[in-house]
Amino acid sequence: MKNIHVSTTLNGDDAEFVCAPEETLLDALRNRLGLSGAKEGCGTGDCGACTVEMDGRLVCSCLVLGAEAQGAQIKTVEGMAIGEALHPLQQAFIDHAALQCGICTPGILVAAKNLLERNPDPTDTEIRYWLAGNLCRCTGYDKIIKAVQIAAADMRGA
Amino acid sequence: MQYMKPSTATEASDILARNEGAARILGGGTDLLVQMRSGMIEPEMIVDIKHLDGITDITAEDGGLRIGAAVSGQRLGEHEGARAMWPGVVEACELIGSTQIQGRCTMAGNLCNGGPAADSVPAMIAAAAVARIEGPKGARDCPVEEFVTGPGKTVLGKGEFVSSIFLPARPKAASDAYLRFIPRTEMDIAVASAGVNIVLADDGTIKSARVALGAVGPKVVLVADAADAIIGSKLEDPAITALVRACEAAASPIDDKRGTVEFRTTVVGVLAKRAARIAMDRAQENATGEKT
Ligand SMILES: Cc1cc2nc3c(=O)[nH]c(=O)nc-3n(C[C@H](O)[C@H](O)[C@H](O)COP(=O)(O)OP(=O)(O)OC[C@H]3O[C@@H](n4cnc5c(N)ncnc54)[C@H](O)[C@@H]3O)c2cc1C
Ligand code: FES
Ligand code: FES
Repeated sequence: MKNIHVSTTLNGDDAEFVCAPEETLLDALRNRLGLSGAKEGCGTGDCGACTVEMDGRLVCSCLVLGAEAQGAQIKTVEGMAIGEALHPLQQAFIDHAALQCGICTPGILVAAKNLLERNPDPTDTEIRYWLAGNLCRCTGYDKIIKAVQIAAADMRGA
Repeated sequence: MQYMKPSTATEASDILARNEGAARILGGGTDLLVQMRSGMIEPEMIVDIKHLDGITDITAEDGGLRIGAAVSGQRLGEHEGARAMWPGVVEACELIGSTQIQGRCTMAGNLCNGGPAADSVPAMIAAAAVARIEGPKGARDCPVEEFVTGPGKTVLGKGEFVSSIFLPARPKAASDAYLRFIPRTEMDIAVASAGVNIVLADDGTIKSARVALGAVGPKVVLVADAADAIIGSKLEDPAITALVRACEAAASPIDDKRGTVEFRTTVVGVLAKRAARIAMDRAQENATGEKT
């Protein structure tokens, strides 16, 4: 088994890591790059806790090989805040109690950010369908949807 | 395990041929990684085909569209030309998984996985789509309805892989639709499904049709009797009744906790009926340029 050297762009910065060929991007992010925002909830693509953005599209990092990140643009929850300034979604989730244990939160934030970049003014239904692959076992979805709407309004400058 | 990233089709089929039985093709990985992680398969080599020339392209060809094998569901959905020409195929592909799965999943992977409930497959078969297969002897074409030979089994031979799916040209007065039944509204596997593709004659009757059913047998089936039932009609009640009967007769589903034989058989008829009506409305709209 030969380890693979991977050069990628992570939250806008060049990053390099070495991983085993069967290692997932999720494990590489967490164990090789020290980014523990993305979580493993299921490892089968069902829960969305491992959601990151890859070349502009959302992916379950548990179903992507670390080796596939070569030359790609990866964005994780760690790249959302600018310095101390939280992203409006992060702020809205805190202000409006859209998280409890927080396991699902990084995945939901990354997914919601990608939605708002495509559609700055989504309906509740659009948000629910977009986030159908992000499971939350404690908060309940109403507060999450509400927080996304509040952040969306904030980002539109309304 | 080894991870290979060939850059040409020849190189890819060469690697696959030399490692027959040990190598697995990696498309979007949304089936493959799940199978690897559960220990269901333990490949010695992964051949990532996403870096081959043209494999992520959607190109116009002979009035139809060639969809590269590594085009993701989300990317297909973003293609206005595909949405306009083959709305049933696009809506079927978009039903696969969540937004995250859509970012990766491919129609080719959905097909090659060989599952009877694969959502894009009935729609592709109804569309008379053709898989382009690359291999040691060059390229060959295979109609999608002949591609899967049994659960998880395909016509792919040594060193072969799918490089693209071709959606043929179609006349203006035509359209297609796909419907599935799942117990939830998202993120589930079809209990029964139906894809319907119709072409209208000048008088508004159905000139030709194709009906394919999913999840009601060991593989997706093209049901000629169901198409014959509606050809020559405008989907009046007797034609619809005959369509439903033909679909029920063609269904040989399994009984499991997700649906009994009786339930799946009844539902597949209902889905075919509704998909036919949607395809009809879309075809009429295309014919007249007006919403019906
Ligand atoms: C959470 C979740 C939800 C899902 N929901 C659905 C759903 O609603 N409907 C549905 O139909 N499926 C669903 N799936 C299954 C899966 O996403 C689809 O079958 C998808 O289309 C597979 O495409 P892929 O590119 O990811 O395939 P991969 O995983 O890359 O490959 C699948 C199989 O085909 C082979 N293969 C891939 N590409 C090629 C090629 N070009 N040539 C030859 N062989 C190839 C691989 O070796 C593998 O055996 C779901 C999966 C997950 C994890
Ligand atoms: S850990 Fe990846 S989807 Fe659950
Ligand atoms: S906050 Fe605990 S899973 Fe969502």
